[in-house]
Amino acid sequence: MVLYLVSVGLSVTMGLMGFVNLAHGVFAMLGGYVVTSLMTRYGVPFSLALLCAALVTALGSVVVERLLYRPLYGGDELDQVLLTMGLIFMSLAAVTYFWGPSPQPMRPPRWLSGEVDLGFRSFPAFRSFLILCGAALVTLLWLGLERTRFGARVRASVDNLRMAQSVGINTSRLFMLTFALGSGLAGLGGGLGADLLSINPSYALDNLVYFLIVVAVGGLGSIRGPFVAALLIGIADTGFKYLLPELGAFFIYALTMAMLLWRPRGLFGRA
Amino acid sequence: MATEGLVRTGLRAGNGAIDAFARRHRFHPLEALPWAAAIAAFALFPSYLPLCSQVLATILFALSADLVLGYAGIVTLGHAAFFGTGAYIAGILAANGWGEPLTGLLAGALAAGLVGFLSGLVVLRTTGLTLLMQTLVVATLLHEAANKASSITGGDDGLQGMEVWPIFGWFRFDLFGRTAYFYCLAVLFLCWLMARQIVHSPFGRSLTGIRENVRRMHAIGAPVARRRLVIYTISAVLAGISGALIAQTTQFASLSFLSLERSGTVLIMLIIGGVGRLYGAFIGVPLYMIAQDRFSEIDPVYWYFWIGLLMVVVVVFARGGVLGLFERFWRWTR
Repeated sequence: MVLYLVSVGLSVTMGLMGFVNLAHGVFAMLGGYVVTSLMTRYGVPFSLALLCAALVTALGSVVVERLLYRPLYGGDELDQVLLTMGLIFMSLAAVTYFWGPSPQPMRPPRWLSGEVDLGFRSFPAFRSFLILCGAALVTLLWLGLERTRFGARVRASVDNLRMAQSVGINTSRLFMLTFALGSGLAGLGGGLGADLLSINPSYALDNLVYFLIVVAVGGLGSIRGPFVAALLIGIADTGFKYLLPELGAFFIYALTMAMLLWRPRGLFGRA
Repeated sequence: MATEGLVRTGLRAGNGAIDAFARRHRFHPLEALPWAAAIAAFALFPSYLPLCSQVLATILFALSADLVLGYAGIVTLGHAAFFGTGAYIAGILAANGWGEPLTGLLAGALAAGLVGFLSGLVVLRTTGLTLLMQTLVVATLLHEAANKASSITGGDDGLQGMEVWPIFGWFRFDLFGRTAYFYCLAVLFLCWLMARQIVHSPFGRSLTGIRENVRRMHAIGAPVARRRLVIYTISAVLAGISGALIAQTTQFASLSFLSLERSGTVLIMLIIGGVGRLYGAFIGVPLYMIAQDRFSEIDPVYWYFWIGLLMVVVVVFARGGVLGLFERFWRWTR
């Protein structure tokens, strides 16, 4: 589920905007660091810290987008890969400089640290909370992109940039906002998942493959896709590790490959 | 791109493009420069020979990446798969009692070529992001496989205990790395000759065509899929040789040889030098590796910051890397 929370943002930037954004994990990491340090150093409540994380990453991403990403829209994939790889490396060093190399501790707030009794079984509260958050996000995003004017504009600009510009949509600003949205979501996801995906300097690099898999399998430019893919990957991963522990993560990669061959555009990708 | 410049030089000379095509594959005096530099490096820095050999082997790796990336336009994030395969095969042979270096090299190359061919069959059906993901997944699969087969590969600890015999039963690998240096240099030279032939052949030109305009190449009846597969396999073979060289000269192979980071850094080195120019590798790799050697003595983590910054700068300001800058400067002075 954490995977979904982080990846959905990536699906927005990468899928909707068609930009190979490997640096997505960087924003998620930033969100994670903001949450953990606000909570442990300044005693800020969890929900407020989460909000800050989303805002900080969204703002930070706007700066990066304006300066670096914008010239490369619609450009060469290779340039995009390199630029975002560069950002990952820079973030790795910068984060080590500010926070040190060790993982950041994350303590869920007290109201989420217990267990939830559902009558037949009890679940850890924090994880249930994450699942609820994911479900809420998927609904909100879907409504936002499919049912609002903003969403319609985004889809229009993605489908046909020139046409969208001609009918008077400020695509540059629109893309900036979309990018901020995607990165803000990443920040939120990183913050929410700080307990499960430990926050350390190589976060962006370590989890890159997982994020990419979720988005690629799910399909670019869809909100449902990464949701289903994250569930599928998560369940398959746990299942196979339980059934055949000696093979480990092997199956996930093989599964990904098979899925991508069967559906090169992903499960819910648009042609 | 390359073709434009070619046509332009042809036209300027007033002899038409045909002349330029005929002259294209003749050796230019500047092409001797890297080899002169390599000999000079041997004389000037005798205490850095192990590093220099690694640089040479890595140049080969970058060269192989240049073939797929720069010429065929296949953006891959999994080139380390072939590098690692070559390294592990050569390493496993040497660690298990067959230390003959040349056959080891050949075995590594063949194994990597096989992996390249088989994965290419599958991977190259896709394009764009999906292709990127597929190459990445192939490399990750191999990484995971090497990790799990720790009884053969040594797992996290790396593969140790290799014993490499003298080359031709005569030239021993000495403590100062002299033999290793010339071994790497000779292999690199041969592979470079081959790559150069490929690039300038009609086959190589058709690859550039595929990179620039796939539809047109389909339209004129070029077997696009087969050509892409062939160059992918060749590139895998070269990458395998490079990996085998490193494993044999350092007598070590580890999981990092198959990692995403390795695939990424080779791209970086290539970009710094310049993609699709065959010589980008000869400039980018030494620059990167020497800088890394210097900086990581000061602090290994912050080194990443500078390399990241450098990449961003190259993408934003200096497309085409160092060689691209040279070209622009050259055109500007005229």
